[in-house]
Amino acid sequence: MVEPYSFGRRLFVGFNYAFLTALSFLCLFPIVHVLAVSFSSNAAAAGGFVKLWPVGFTTASYEYVLMQGEFLDALLVTLQRVGIGVTVNMFLTILVAYPLSKEASAFKSRTAYAWIFVVTILFNGGLIPVYMTVKYTGLLDSIWALVLPGAVPVFNVILLLNFFRNLPREMEEAAFMDGAGQWTTMWRIFVPLSLPALATITLFATVNHWNSWFDGLIFMNRPEHYPLQSYLQTVVVQQDLSDIASQDLDLLAEINDRTFKAAQIFLGALPILLVYPFLQRYFVKGIVLGSVKE
Amino acid sequence: MTKKIQWPLHLMILPALLLILVYSYGPMFGIVIAFQKFIPARGLGGSAWVGWDNFQYVMAMPDSLRVLRNTVFIAVMKMAANLVVPITIALLLNEVRKEAFKRSFQTLVYLPHFLSWILLGGILIDVLSPSVGIVNQFLGTFGVEPIYFLGDRSWFPFVLVGTDTWKEFGYNTIVYLAAITGINPALYEAAIVDGANRWKQTLHITLPGMAPIIVLLSVLSLGNVLNAGFDQVFNLYSPQVYETGDIIDTFVYRLGLVDAQYSVATAVGLFKSVVSLAFILISYLLAYRLANYRIF
Repeated sequence: MVEPYSFGRRLFVGFNYAFLTALSFLCLFPIVHVLAVSFSSNAAAAGGFVKLWPVGFTTASYEYVLMQGEFLDALLVTLQRVGIGVTVNMFLTILVAYPLSKEASAFKSRTAYAWIFVVTILFNGGLIPVYMTVKYTGLLDSIWALVLPGAVPVFNVILLLNFFRNLPREMEEAAFMDGAGQWTTMWRIFVPLSLPALATITLFATVNHWNSWFDGLIFMNRPEHYPLQSYLQTVVVQQDLSDIASQDLDLLAEINDRTFKAAQIFLGALPILLVYPFLQRYFVKGIVLGSVKE
Repeated sequence: MTKKIQWPLHLMILPALLLILVYSYGPMFGIVIAFQKFIPARGLGGSAWVGWDNFQYVMAMPDSLRVLRNTVFIAVMKMAANLVVPITIALLLNEVRKEAFKRSFQTLVYLPHFLSWILLGGILIDVLSPSVGIVNQFLGTFGVEPIYFLGDRSWFPFVLVGTDTWKEFGYNTIVYLAAITGINPALYEAAIVDGANRWKQTLHITLPGMAPIIVLLSVLSLGNVLNAGFDQVFNLYSPQVYETGDIIDTFVYRLGLVDAQYSVATAVGLFKSVVSLAFILISYLLAYRLANYRIF
């Protein structure tokens, strides 16, 4: 496609690059700004001198965060949750996706099962009945309250079963010929061939567990059982109603508060920021796989 | 042969089936408390049956209509913004020839999608604060008085739409860009031979080429007409902005878990679930008719 570059075209291209650059800056700017605040001295943060680079560099707020027993407790709960939750999610996703990927002729109950699972994305009991179910099954205040209600990620099941379906049928038939049963075929043929899809889904599940907060907030009665995001909800987000421009009375207290909150926000985002550059291409594949099939 | 190898398939599904029967279908039976005067100590069996009383009570509440209006207003604005902005940006990005630029742009704008509304809430509260926030500092250099974005009733819904678009447009842009990439390049070559410039090509090839995915995604988003985004609103709102910012989900949360009005909260939640289900079914039907879309 060789085209003559007219003046108008060159003007457009220039504007386009400038606009898109500005836009990507806009996405990153608030995050970098808060990061800079977290490393700045109280005075600089209070005076509003911090833009994109720390002013009066200090790690004091981070030292203070890491001295908080609650923060470390919550981090530990989250790590436990991610470990158990993702393992359970992945096991069940594979175990459900494999039978559902069969043709209806090879597995008669397939369609009935598929609908039982899909209905759960279309309709749910609502907040109070879900809460009561968790309560009646004795999960309140236990890590399992964060794992079991969401143990079957139906959306991920659909992604994986579509992937399974596109694997060559001949491999499956050859395995059966060699005397392999369903379990062997699933573990030794389907799973190893689906590693890219499984990687994507594992990442979805991990980010999901890392970011969840509401279930922690309602299912855990004791704050020391909160996972990290639920803990952060109570300390970082709950709105400070005194935050009105004219009220400078307790400014001093608010300043400490500001760098302290910024440090916690950054620590809460750190794992995602670290793995994100390496993993985002998988996510891209995951979205495209999930939304534009056929 | 097929008979013999079917039972392991049932066995594989069994654990997941039991879990969703308990934790997804179990709560559906709990919906009966919407028709009871539910008293936790008496349980589902012992509470008195009151029929539609809870629904009538909700309809008589002065807040209900306001909450419904807020929900639909915010949700529809978000749906529109999440359609227009990513399509526009995908078209602009498609004009970029440098692959490296394209890739780094996508990496950067896609990032906020992966951060929770807790973290973004914390960031936005800081950035938009009237006293120390950098946005107001910036506006101040133009002589604008500090705006309390999150505490001002008239600003709040628009801040919700703006920040939601900010978080999600990167994610949606990628989907549309994938659709553009799938367009047959021969069409463009033919258009160039016919003397079409870039603008004409966009208008007559790129946009029609994206039409199926645009139709599909906008139709599927219909199901969200009562979903104004609990995570976001819950983490950004305060009593000062309830009048314009309170949505069904936050209302149910306060009624149910803060005020302990279990029956009333369940009635409101049921209303939302039923209306949402109707919209989802209509949207899937439309998606099937218009875009030949099936779930699997």
